[in-house]
Amino acid sequence: MIANKIIPNFSSPAHVDQVGIEERASRFTKRSIKNESKVNGLKLALNMIDLTTLEGKDTQGKVKQLCYKAQHLHDVYPGLPTVAAVCVYPSMVKTAKTALGNSGIKVASVATAFPSGQAPRDVKIRDTKYAVQNGADEVDMVISRGKFLEGEYNFVFDEIAAIKEACGAARLKVILETGELVTYDKVRKASDIAMYAGADFIKTSTGKISPAATMPVTLVMLEAIRDFYYKTGKKIAMKPAGGISKAKLALHYLVMLNEVLGEDWMNNEWFRFGASSLANDILMQLMKQRTGVYQSANYFSID
Amino acid sequence: MAKTKNNTIKLKFDSARNLAPAPESRSAAKIDPQYNLFINGRFEKPSGKKYFASINPATEEKLSMIAEANDADVNKAVKAARAAYENVWKKMPGAERAKYIYRIARMIQERAREFAIIETLDGGKPIRESRDFDVPTAANHFFYYAGWADKLEYAFPNRHTSPLGVAGQIIPWNFPLLMAAWKIAPALACGNTVVIKPAENTSLTALKLAEIIQEADLPAGVVNIITGAGATGAAIVNHPDVNKIAFTGSTEVGKIIQRAIAGTNKKATLELGGKAANIIFDDAPLDQAVEGVINGIFFNQGHVCCAGSRLYVQESVFKEVVRKLKDRLESLIVGDPMDKNTDIGAINSKEQLNIINNYIKIGQQEGAEMYQSTANLPKRGFYCRPTIFTNVAQSNRIAQEEIFGPVLAIQSFRTDDEVIEKANNTPYGLSAGVWTDKGSKIFNMTTKLRAGVVWANTFNKFDPTSPFGGYKESGYGREGGVHGLAAYVNIV
Repeated sequence: MIANKIIPNFSSPAHVDQVGIEERASRFTKRSIKNESKVNGLKLALNMIDLTTLEGKDTQGKVKQLCYKAQHLHDVYPGLPTVAAVCVYPSMVKTAKTALGNSGIKVASVATAFPSGQAPRDVKIRDTKYAVQNGADEVDMVISRGKFLEGEYNFVFDEIAAIKEACGAARLKVILETGELVTYDKVRKASDIAMYAGADFIKTSTGKISPAATMPVTLVMLEAIRDFYYKTGKKIAMKPAGGISKAKLALHYLVMLNEVLGEDWMNNEWFRFGASSLANDILMQLMKQRTGVYQSANYFSID
Repeated sequence: MAKTKNNTIKLKFDSARNLAPAPESRSAAKIDPQYNLFINGRFEKPSGKKYFASINPATEEKLSMIAEANDADVNKAVKAARAAYENVWKKMPGAERAKYIYRIARMIQERAREFAIIETLDGGKPIRESRDFDVPTAANHFFYYAGWADKLEYAFPNRHTSPLGVAGQIIPWNFPLLMAAWKIAPALACGNTVVIKPAENTSLTALKLAEIIQEADLPAGVVNIITGAGATGAAIVNHPDVNKIAFTGSTEVGKIIQRAIAGTNKKATLELGGKAANIIFDDAPLDQAVEGVINGIFFNQGHVCCAGSRLYVQESVFKEVVRKLKDRLESLIVGDPMDKNTDIGAINSKEQLNIINNYIKIGQQEGAEMYQSTANLPKRGFYCRPTIFTNVAQSNRIAQEEIFGPVLAIQSFRTDDEVIEKANNTPYGLSAGVWTDKGSKIFNMTTKLRAGVVWANTFNKFDPTSPFGGYKESGYGREGGVHGLAAYVNIV
C-alpha cells in the first residue's frame, strides 16, 4: 500500500502556524477568475460535487429525486457535466444505485456510525460492509475524535485500517471532523494518520458540526497530501464538505487546489465538494455567464 | 502504483499560471501629459524649462513628462518652506496641524484606486500590492502621525520639544507614495515644513499627492514637492537653510550625503540598503516559512531594502524546504502588473534589470546552482524570472551584496551559534527573520541578530506604530512609531 512502509511517529508535534496558514489561504481569494477561466472552473466544480442528502427524514422518493437531479442538473444548458457522486446513508445505497444505473455517477455512503462515530468497531465494520454490499462505490467514514483528542493515535490508525479492509474495492473517505479537532496542528496530524492508515480521500467534515470546511483547514490538508505524495509517491484525494454553498467560494477552493497540488488533482477523481446547495448557485452563475443576466432561483430545480 | 524514486514525482502548475486576463482599468486614473514643480502651494514651471520622460517599465511606453528642478528651483522651494515654517506652521497649535494631516489621509483613501493604478503604471509593481499594501499603508501613516501632532508632550514625557525647521527629504523608487508618507507625515506632525524629492523614475504618485495637498488647503509652502534626478537631490542636501535631511536609498548615496553634511548643523536620518537573513529551523512550520521566504524576497520584485535575500535553512530540513520553494516558485504568476492576478510585476527600470541580470550571471560563475521559475515573460518591458541559488558560499558576491531584485541565495546551517554568526556577517543590518515553533529560540535569536527589525514566524510586516531602521551600513535613525517622531524634533 505504502511504498516505503515507514510510518512516522505521530506522537511528535505537527507544526502549522495559524497566522501564516490563514494569511496564505486568504491570498487565494484575491485571484480574479474571469471569462473562460470562470466557465471552465464552474463546470469543473459542478463535476466535482458529491450531491448529498444526510437527513433522518430522508425517504426513497427524496433519494430518487436527488439521483435524477444528479444526472440532469439543468437541461436547458446543453453540454453540462454531471456531478461526481450522490452521497447518502447506508440504508439508501440500494435505492441510489438503482436510480443512477449506468450513468457513471458514483454512489457514496457514509458509514461507521456517522456522524458521531460513537459505536464499537465491529458495528462500524458491519455498517461499512452493509454499504459496500448494497453497491456503494465509496465509503465516507468518521474517525473517533474522542480517542484522537485523548492521544490514542494507534487506536485511530488501526480503526481506519480496519475500515479500509472492510471497504474492499470501494474508495475510502476519512472524515476528520475538523470542527471538533479545533487546531490546525491537530488537523495536520489527523490527516497524516488517515493517509498512512490507508485513506483514499481525506475529508474535512460531516456537515453536522460548525465550523465545517474552511479554506485554511483545507489548505492544511492539501499540504499534508502534498508532503505525503512526495514521501510515498501515492496520491490522496481531498474532499472539503459543509459550508461551501456559493460558486465564488468553490472557485477559490479550486484556485487553492491548483496552486498547491497542481493540475493532476484538478478532476473529480482527486477532489470533491461535499455540498447540497452549491450546484444550483453554480448553475445560476453559468447561466449568467451565458446570457449576461441573473435568473431567479425559481428557474433552477431544488432537488 | 507507488513510485520508488522520489525524483520522479513532480507537481504541475501550468494551468494555475494561465488564468484569463483580469486587468485593472487604466482609465480610472488621470495622468497629465506634463507635470510641473509643486512650490509654495502652486504648480510652477521649472526655471531651467527642462522636462524628462517617465515611462511604464511594464510596456516601455512614455507616461508623462516630469519637470527637472535646478538649484534655483530648489532655492525657491526651501525659501517657501522657510517662510511657511516661520509664519504659519510652527505657530499653529498641534490640534490644528492634525486636522490637515487627517484630511490628507482621508483624501488618499478616497482616491485609493487612482493612486494604486498610477503607482503600478509608473513603478511596475503588481496592482494587488499597490492596492492592498502601498496605498492603504500610506494613508495609515498619515492617520497615525496626525494623532501625535497634539500629543508630543506625551511622546517625550517631562521633556520639551520643538520642531527642527525645514526638512529636506529624498525618497527612492521602490515604494514612491509610501515613502513620501513615511517622510511627510511625521515631519508635519512635529511642526516642520518639507521639501521632498521623489525618485526620477517614479514621480507620479508624489505629484498626485501634491494635488491632494493643494485640495486639502494645506498652508502654502508647508509641503513642496520637486522632481528631478541626483543633481536636484544634491541641491537639497547642500542648501544652507535646510535643517534636516531624511534619505531613503542606496548606501552609496547615503555615504555621499553624510560627507556633504559633515560639519554642518543639519540632522539626518538615513535608511539604506540591506541583505537580510531569513533563518528556518527544523522545528519551524515549514509551509508557512516557505511562504514567508517567498513574500520576503519576491514582494515588489525584490525591490525592498529589507528583503530577505539570504536564506539559512537548518540542514535536516534543507532538501524539503528547497523542494517546497521550487514548487511555490512555479505557481507564482509573473507578468503584466495591471493584471489583478499578477504576483511578480516588472523590474522598475532597464538599469536595475541589467544590475540584477549581472548578479545572476555572477552567481552562476561563482559556482552556485541556479533555479528559475519556468514562467513565460512578456516580450516587452523589463522582467526577471524569480530566481533561487543553492550551493552558495558565504563569500559569494550574491550572498554579500544587495541585488535589489527577485534573487535569493540559500545556505544551510547546523547550530544556532553558527547561523547567528553567519547572519551577522554582513555590512548591513536592516532586518532579519526567524522561523521556529520554539519561543525561547526566538528570544535568543532576536537578541543576538544585529538588525533593526527582526520578524518571528512572519516577514515584511509593516505598521505605522512600529519603528523601522538599520544597524551598520543600513543607516541610522528610526521611522515609524514614537521613535519616528524623535527624528523630527529637538528634545530639551
